[in-house]
Amino acid sequence: MSTRPVNAGPVGAERVRTGMARREFLKFSVAASGGLLVGFYFPGTGGQASAQESASSFMPNAFVRIGMDEQVTVIVNHSEMGQGVFTSLPMLLAEELDADWSKVTFEPAPVDPKYNHPAFGMQVTGGSSSVWSGLEQFRQAGAAARAMLVATAAQRWNTDPTSCRTELGAVFDRSNRKLTYGQLVADAAKLPPPEHVQLKDPKNFKLIGKPIKRLDTSVKLNGKAVFGLDVALPGMLTAVVARPPIFGAKVKSFDDSRARSMPGVRKIAQVPSGVAVIADTFWQAKVARDALRIDWDEGAMRTFSTSQMMQQFRERARSPGVSVRKEGDAPTALVGVTKKIEAVYEVPYLSHLMMEPLNCVVDLRQDSCEVWTGSQFQTIDRANAAKTAGLPNEKVQLHTTFLGGGFGRRATPQSDFVVEAVYVAKAIGPPAKVKVVWTREDDMQGGWYRPAFLHAIEGGVDASGKPVSWTSRSVGQSIMTGTPFEAMMQGKPYDPASVEGMDDLPYAIPNLAIESHQIDVNVPVQWLRSVGHSHTAFAVECFMDELAGLARKDPYQFRRDLLLKQPRYLGVLDLAAQKSGWGKPLPKGMGRGMAVHFAFGSYLAHVAEVSVTDGKVKVHRMVCAVDCGQCVNPGIITAQIEGAAIFGASAALFQELTFENGRLQQTNFNTFPVMRMNECPVIETYIVESNEKSGGIGEPGVPCAAPAIANALFAVTGKRVRRLPIRLTEAV
Amino acid sequence: MIAFSVNGRHVDLDVDPSTPLLWVIRDHLLLTGTKYGCGMAQCGACTVHIDGEAVRSCVAPVSRAAGKAVTTIEGLSPDLSHPLQRAWLEEDVPQCGYCQSGQLMSAAVLLREKPQPTDEDIDQAMTGNICRCGTYPRIRRAIHRAAGMVAKAGAQ
Repeated sequence: MSTRPVNAGPVGAERVRTGMARREFLKFSVAASGGLLVGFYFPGTGGQASAQESASSFMPNAFVRIGMDEQVTVIVNHSEMGQGVFTSLPMLLAEELDADWSKVTFEPAPVDPKYNHPAFGMQVTGGSSSVWSGLEQFRQAGAAARAMLVATAAQRWNTDPTSCRTELGAVFDRSNRKLTYGQLVADAAKLPPPEHVQLKDPKNFKLIGKPIKRLDTSVKLNGKAVFGLDVALPGMLTAVVARPPIFGAKVKSFDDSRARSMPGVRKIAQVPSGVAVIADTFWQAKVARDALRIDWDEGAMRTFSTSQMMQQFRERARSPGVSVRKEGDAPTALVGVTKKIEAVYEVPYLSHLMMEPLNCVVDLRQDSCEVWTGSQFQTIDRANAAKTAGLPNEKVQLHTTFLGGGFGRRATPQSDFVVEAVYVAKAIGPPAKVKVVWTREDDMQGGWYRPAFLHAIEGGVDASGKPVSWTSRSVGQSIMTGTPFEAMMQGKPYDPASVEGMDDLPYAIPNLAIESHQIDVNVPVQWLRSVGHSHTAFAVECFMDELAGLARKDPYQFRRDLLLKQPRYLGVLDLAAQKSGWGKPLPKGMGRGMAVHFAFGSYLAHVAEVSVTDGKVKVHRMVCAVDCGQCVNPGIITAQIEGAAIFGASAALFQELTFENGRLQQTNFNTFPVMRMNECPVIETYIVESNEKSGGIGEPGVPCAAPAIANALFAVTGKRVRRLPIRLTEAV
Repeated sequence: MIAFSVNGRHVDLDVDPSTPLLWVIRDHLLLTGTKYGCGMAQCGACTVHIDGEAVRSCVAPVSRAAGKAVTTIEGLSPDLSHPLQRAWLEEDVPQCGYCQSGQLMSAAVLLREKPQPTDEDIDQAMTGNICRCGTYPRIRRAIHRAAGMVAKAGAQ
């Protein structure tokens, strides 16, 4: 298992140029179809959805299969969790192939090194990287397939391939004779893949850059899309697991006498994560699970409380931390400055709260195992499943279903929900077919949260209103330490994910001291949509407004003056200001606030309009400007920016996980709310035209929401929000 | 035995009458378009119709469906021809898609009762359906668009 990320590079290009031997392609496609032949059992239809290369199809490389029926299937190595990769990545391939878009479909890739992320060296969906990392890979794959089809047609016509052109899934010669791809595939399959291919000049793009509609919409409107929870195998049992009420607690003993005699219950077994109740159906398993009586050894976390933890964070922030970035002499620069301010920003633990709670299906046999789940971490999940099953990796197949949201939770280094399901299968068999289902409460209490953080910032402005000093101390848990991803820390004495978005402060401030304190807490934490940026942007952008206030300057002009050497920041800031009507009067009781941030290769600016009625915050409008470099699909980009704004606003307004006596206080949507239709603002998205390298889009839209809303609240109330979720009674 | 119809098909089931309708639909009838999200009528992912009324099937015992007609997302139309499905396609509404069955089933009742819904009507009818991906602005537009289709069809 390779967990060490390798440096990014034009691996896609490299891959096609070096070329895979034809035999390797064939071997691969047989292996792939062997797995996919089992496919998904589609409940209700009794049908098998299978995908395999057959005599009637042509698979020139790992990413595309073209049938005699003209169907073009793009095999996508990233998971579809709402961000649109089952459309944007096929678009890249279809563009170079000159495919007929109406004949293009998608298929999730099996686990195979051929589908590794070119930058991360394993199969993974995360870091808002699918499109930029697939740009070369999918375009090259499409161009290579096209070259083979053109060569085949040219042979048939006994003409020069360079005299042929392609359009809408067919090759034409100079006299407009036409051969469709379907008519060419049988012979094209006999050709070796090309050594080198020419990619299109972007000015000839027909698909890239257009708001093409998503390919996966239909199946999401008629119940046919198969999510992990929908996978049903004949003879499959369902398990619900009783997990510890406190992190680190262990089963001391349990009484299953009531549960055992309940209808449908087949087996009750202790597994490393708790006690599994295995029954014919979910409801039987759930009712019996709730009837278990378990005596827990509660362990060291039994007295843990988040309020005490935050007190500890506050104390730590008083002493210098590990230096992350130092420019000039921030403390000395503050001496004699009369206009200075200190502010402490706090954010809580957060749950990813995907609409589809965690689940995993395992079919364990004596010498092999198949897993179906919504995974963002195929290479790692398969390796952890294999290790747990005691099988070699190649004997374990992992099928990626649609993901009912991911947001990072389904990319867990420990593969907790996959490993547990294999343990449950082992408690039954082999052979065993079982689906482990997490209830909403199980999912929320299951850990791997966005860590709580505290950022203490001190700064000052000189007599002319220019900031002269910035000292920030970020205090919180590392998400990397102790995981296979520790390598990503590159030996640094701090976790880059704790300070990302703080350490690259773009404002022209001459004296900077950016520091980090890492605190170890036994609450499992990891990446949540936009990771460190989800909290650093709140602190940085709110503090910028505090400094602007100190300088008696307009927050927009204040930022502008400090970003003159940052054209892409300025671009989004100006666009958001202009489109929002910054500076123009608003109805009484309403206010505007702004924020600008860079994350995952893209620049975002938000302007929020809010009001307060009877102590209740209402966000009316959010204007979002994005510069994500070259656009592949502006329709999908707009959807991601809208969704991310709502995701960020939900956290800002409503969400907090708290612990008392080691127990999580929140259980479901009623105690950990999500923004709803009646609370949703009007959202406007504006995309900066750009020829820069494509950046990410799934995550960068989240960070600006909270500070824009908080800054807008200051405009309404005259009070500063320094803690999330926003409670006006706490504002200062 | 509990007897009712699902999408026009008659079913007779030997099942504990207290079992939530959701799990009967998913585990017994293998209609998995209806989703589990919260188990406490908080998120609306499990919304189905019982005799035309929108019901959160995760908290409705199957006994409530006895003798009645249940419609699930699979029964909204046989071929994506319902105005809401067409509008959802045109507005490219879904992201992950998990909540959309419930969104559509709630919107279908709204549109039947109020063929020309206002934004306030939409707020009222759709606030029980959570979308974690944040497709609300598109859902709103799609409902208005579907209402437009219905009005146009009626005028013809």
